Amino acid sequence: MTGWSNLEIWGIIIALGVATYAIRFSFLGLIGDRQLPDWLLRHLRYTPVAILPALVTPAILWPDATGGQISAAHILAACATIAAGYWRKNAVVGAVAGMATFLILRGLV
Amino acid sequence: MNTATSPRSAFWRGARDCGPFVLVVAPFGALFGVVGTEAGLNIAQVMGFSVVVIAGAAQFTALQLMLDQAPTLVVLLSAIAVNLRMAMYSASLAAYLGDAPLWKRALLAYMNVDQTYAISVLEYERRPEMTIAERVGYFFGSCVPVLPVWYVATLAGALLGQSIPSNWGLEFAVPIAFLALVAPALRTMAHIAAAGASILLAIAFVGLPYNLGLLPAGIGAMIVGAEVERRMGLQ
Repeated sequence: MTGWSNLEIWGIIIALGVATYAIRFSFLGLIGDRQLPDWLLRHLRYTPVAILPALVTPAILWPDATGGQISAAHILAACATIAAGYWRKNAVVGAVAGMATFLILRGLV
Repeated sequence: MNTATSPRSAFWRGARDCGPFVLVVAPFGALFGVVGTEAGLNIAQVMGFSVVVIAGAAQFTALQLMLDQAPTLVVLLSAIAVNLRMAMYSASLAAYLGDAPLWKRALLAYMNVDQTYAISVLEYERRPEMTIAERVGYFFGSCVPVLPVWYVATLAGALLGQSIPSNWGLEFAVPIAFLALVAPALRTMAHIAAAGASILLAIAFVGLPYNLGLLPAGIGAMIVGAEVERRMGLQ
């Protein structure tokens, strides 16, 4: 992968693995039977839907492939992914719909 | 009819109940395999992610940020933030499994993923009379259709990805995979509000260097989701 040495990539894998395990083990292993406060649970419930869209928004609006220019193919493919994934309640259907839209539009433009 | 539940029968019941998740886990694992190799990881690195981390969303997060050439610390903090929901799983399982031997809890923790957690807690709530040994057996059983499938599917995807020419522009598969993951999770108004806030805040913070906008955008969107939930709950 461009810009990353084998050692750096394995460093990320191991560090991420250790941290993720620590999170999974945390209450189960060390603290035992203790409830998290309601307000904290309420926030943690939204971590995936709060972080993932922010992560990909720049890559969709200003893609590297176009040198940061707004591209209809990227935006429409993103919309197709959300629409299909939401409608069928299925991530794989969404991903296939989005990539198909992208490849077709890029072929046309 | 076998109503007497031993740990062994609980194990097989867990394996059976979790079976349908194969349909979710296998394609998602394969997707990571394909996208990971397309992004330039070799097969060992792709498998390293799926075996050591076993958390699809966090794996895709790390991948995207590495493609963006973000600093290592940002890659790690962001991927870890995506996994914070597992602290919630851990706390909720502790209420049912806290008295199991430490080595079993240590092993359970490695296998505490979205699917095994969801199916097991559902069963514990449904059958409060289960013994600790039965609960542990059920949890391990629920891992059978999930973890091996996740590893094998990742490998299949990685092998497939290597045979796809790299000039297809498939880097865009990474953001697409994420949106595909988020779309079915938009179950309530609070989830939709959090996702919308996440996009708007990401645009607002786009000027910050090193992808540093991601964490404030994510935290802001979590607050929006929690606040919408609280207000709707008050009605």
